[in-house]
Order: sequence, then structure tokens, then C-alpha cells
Amino acid sequence: MSDATKPLLQLRDTKISYGAIEAVKGISLELAKGELVSLIGANGAGKTTTLNAIAGLLPVAGGEVLYDGAKINALPAHKRLRQGLALVPEGRGIFTRLTVEENLRMGAYCRRDSDAIEADMERVFTMLPRVRERLQQVAGTLSGGEQQMVAIGRALLSRPRLLLLDEPSMGLAPLVVEKIFEVIRSVAAEGVTILLVEQNANLALEFSQRAYVMESGRITLTGSGADLLADPKVRAAYLGE
Amino acid sequence: MNQLALAIPWLGKRNPAAARWVVIALALAAPLIAVLFGKTWVRILDFAMLYVMLAIGLNLVVGFAGLLDLGYIAFYAVGAYTFAFLASPHFDIHLPFWLVLPAGAGFAALAGIILGLPTLRLRGDYLAIVTLGFGEIVRIFLNNLNHPINITNGPQGINMVDPLVLFGWDISQGLQIGESFKINSLFLYYYVFLAFVVLSIILVQRLQISRIGRAWAAIRDDELAAKAIGINTRNMKLLAFSLGATFGGVSGGLFAAFQGFVSPESFSLMESIAVLTMIVFGGMGNLAGVIVGALALTALPEILRYVAVPVQQALFDRVILDPEVLRMLLLSLAMIFMMLLRPSGLIPAYSRYSRPELVVGKESSGEAAK
Repeated sequence: MSDATKPLLQLRDTKISYGAIEAVKGISLELAKGELVSLIGANGAGKTTTLNAIAGLLPVAGGEVLYDGAKINALPAHKRLRQGLALVPEGRGIFTRLTVEENLRMGAYCRRDSDAIEADMERVFTMLPRVRERLQQVAGTLSGGEQQMVAIGRALLSRPRLLLLDEPSMGLAPLVVEKIFEVIRSVAAEGVTILLVEQNANLALEFSQRAYVMESGRITLTGSGADLLADPKVRAAYLGE
Repeated sequence: MNQLALAIPWLGKRNPAAARWVVIALALAAPLIAVLFGKTWVRILDFAMLYVMLAIGLNLVVGFAGLLDLGYIAFYAVGAYTFAFLASPHFDIHLPFWLVLPAGAGFAALAGIILGLPTLRLRGDYLAIVTLGFGEIVRIFLNNLNHPINITNGPQGINMVDPLVLFGWDISQGLQIGESFKINSLFLYYYVFLAFVVLSIILVQRLQISRIGRAWAAIRDDELAAKAIGINTRNMKLLAFSLGATFGGVSGGLFAAFQGFVSPESFSLMESIAVLTMIVFGGMGNLAGVIVGALALTALPEILRYVAVPVQQALFDRVILDPEVLRMLLLSLAMIFMMLLRPSGLIPAYSRYSRPELVVGKESSGEAAK
């Protein structure tokens, strides 16, 4: 294993564009191994764009993306997953016509160690007991919260080292959101590094060790979750005070 | 085949084993039953088998991978013309069919990749438009490549394509048994086509539950998520296009040999749509459904054609509606009712890509989940 102080993920002045429009205008951030970091900001700030680019779904227009010390700017998405970089996409992205079990097993698509996959299935079931009850159900018929859990479970089956979560609270009732965040916490407790994108700033800041605040394509603030929660600018802009 | 057996009403669910034998018996005896109504019906049955192969191939692309292809008949054309080029007096080349058929399949697969590459980023309607254009381009090329150098012989098409010759035995000559009894070549073609169909079914069934089949199912449901779980979506989509095209190519080659003649008008847009209709009618994504759809939609229009005139004459003493018009009318009506009553086809696809045995055992729970 490499040096523990070396960041697992590092963005250096990364720019991402959609055609001529620059959506992310050079941001730098880093995540140490085992950290839980969130990226908050308003609609259209470029959070999802950043996350998709880290997962390899969007090309990087400038700057560098370093994963585990290696530059991965040009690495295709399917190869990034094999290196332990998993994304739970915005809007969950579950396979609606497949069953819950099939959805979960899809997460292990790139793995061939069937014994370990079975063990990981069990691990996911203990973490997400609701999912186990619904194994044979068609995933499209689940409730939003259950779908989110399936999406997280699916990502876990790829044995990620870095989990990218895109708005896991989107469209869910507060009680369900609490449950989802409990799951995320237990994933983090297992040593998985997590980068969380959230619009629900209050929740995200309380929840994470550090956070970055994004505003129209740039990172404007950074600090520990607690510090940012206390910051009057953040409170004014994102917490409605 | 299990699915086909289960789809038989009443018997299918009570006694799957018996139903399976019924399917086998029907498949084997079909031309013998058909010939009771005249030889034309055996011919229709032969064509039905070709359409079944086409439908199986297109289902791979549209039903499994979710890529709407409106130009599928182009691959049929590529297979047919490859056969005609390499086994006819046109260029005076007469290669054996076991060389020509794979060549046709290969060229069709290549055409599939050529179509796939520029359309990788397209989805849904956009993809449909481009594939539609592709199908037409192929047809127009075939129609016009007789000048300045004559390659395709233009709208006249290519005549006298070699028949299938199996181990030195020309099956278009029929099979002479003894002095007085001769098996017509139409029957022989049927069994050859049936063998190809059975082979296709086995192949596609294996494919559906493989890693490739799962990847296609994932791409169909959510392409972004498919990428995010580590599927190489580019390669998988190209694979779907080329494998689907291969079935079209083989089917096209068989068509050329059977018909002895190919011309561009056999490969019009209407044909692409007809094949697509078959899989939608039967149940997109479900192998059994697709087969039933292809059989039904090949047979129905022919039945109508033969029934419409006598019925009208008996009722009104004259023919009011031309059978051709009536055929389209009734077919369209059938489609509309189908979409209203069974929107996912005669035999809808179950959600699972794998473990059909689970579905058989848990039929009721599957229904409940829906």
C-alpha cells in the first residue's frame, strides 16, 4: 500500500466543458484515504459535472485528475471502476426492468471472484435489510428510498475504494434521507473513502469531515463541516438564514 | 423452447413437458400440415422461417440492447447480395454455400460495425433516423451500382443464384425416393431453415444469460449507470449491432439461395418495419414472443389474402375491397388492438435476463410484482 498521507483523489485546476460552455472553471480538491468529504452548492454550480468527470463519464478539458497518485484524465469509465472508483449516479440510475438481485449482481459485473461476491452480497444485506426483503422484485417498482439503497448496494458490490455519491437525498422524504445517510455512515465506517455531492447543505455539512462549497464552476470555500456550518456566508447562502 | 412451450395456452402451464413435445412435433410436421392447403403454403412457411431468423437477429439489437434499428433489412440485403455475387453466373463465381454463407454473415457483421460506429452516441429516435437512412442507402446503392461498372445489375437484380448444395446434393432438385415418390425441395428447404432457426435460438439463449446479455440489459435500462458499473458500453453496443447483423446476413444468404434471385426491391424500408413489427407484436426482448410474432405476421396476411376474396364473393357476390388493401387495413387494426390490449406483446418479456427457471417456478409472484 502507498503512503497513508498521500491523497486518494486529487483534482488540480480541473476544467470541464460541454462544447463551448465551461461548466467547471478550474477546481482543485483532494480526498485523503478514508475521508468523508462533501461538495455542496446551488443548482447548476457544477457539482454533478465534477463527479461525472471523476467517474470518467465526461472528458476533462484541462488540469489533472489524479487517483491514487496516477493521472487518470484519459482513463475510460469502465477501467476506473476496476481500480475501485464507483459512482452512484444522480437520480439513482438503477436498472428498472431487472430485479433487485440482478441489479446488485450487476455491480459485481467486473469481478470474477464468485465466493467473495457472495460474501459481499451478505455484507450488503446486513447493511440494507430492506433490500433483502425485495430481492425478487422488479427494481422499477421500488420506492425512491429503496431504489437509492439498491443503487448504493450495487456500487458497494464493485468493492470500491472511493465511492462517489450524487445527491442521495434527492426527492426523498426526510425520514428516508436519514436512513440513507445512516447507510452512508456505515459504509464510511468500513474505510471506504466517500465524496458526497449534496444540495441539502445542512445535512451534508453535519455529516462530513470536510466540505467544499461550489459556486458557478468554482470552489469558493472549504473547511471542516463544523466550521462551514458556523460560517455566516454559508448560512446565508445555503441554509436560508 | 421452454418459453415457447409455456406459451401454449392451457397446456403450457399444466404440463410443460407435453407442451414441449407439442412444439417439437409442430415444428417438424408444419410443412406436412401446410401442404394440405397447397404447395404455396409450404413456401410461405419457408419464408416464415427466414423471417423468424430476422426477428431473432433484430431482437438482439432492439429487444436486448435497446438500440432502435429501422434499417435492419440492409444486413439481410448484404447477406443476400454476397451470396448472389459469390454463387451465381453474374460474376461467374460458384463458391460452395458453406463458404458463401459465412462470408455473407461476415460482411453483414462488418456492415453492422460500420453502422454502429457513427451512431454510438445516439439514442432512441435519433438512432432510428440514422439507421433508417442507412437501410435506404444500402438499397439505393444496390439499385444504382450498375453504372459505370456493373456490380449489382441494378434494379433487374441478379438471376440464377446457385441453390443450396449440401455435400454434393442439390436440394432444389428435391429428393427422389424410389420410382414414384419425390420430396419437393420446398420441404427440404424448410428443414434446412428450421435447423438454422434452432441453432439461432440456442445461440441467442446462451447469449442472453451471458455476461454480454447482462451488459446489454444494463445498457438498455440505463446507459450511464451501465458505464458506471464498469461496462464498456462502446464495445457492447458495437457487438450488439454486429451480432444482430450476422443473423440478418445468414438469413439473407439463405433467402438468395432459396429464391434463386435477388433484387433491391426485396429490401425496402417496409421490410425493415415489418420485421420490427413482428418483434413488437410478439413481445420485444422475449425470444419465444419474437418467434411467435414472426410466424403470426408472416402467416396472417397470407391467410387474409386467401380468405378475403371468397368471403366477399360469398357475402356480396363481388369483391368490394381489394385483398391487398384489406390486408394492410386488418393488419393495422390488429396492431392497434394489440397495443391497446397487450402493449408488451403477445408473450411479454419477463424482467429477468437470467434464470428462466426461477420465473417458471414463481409465475404467480412474478405477476404480483407487476
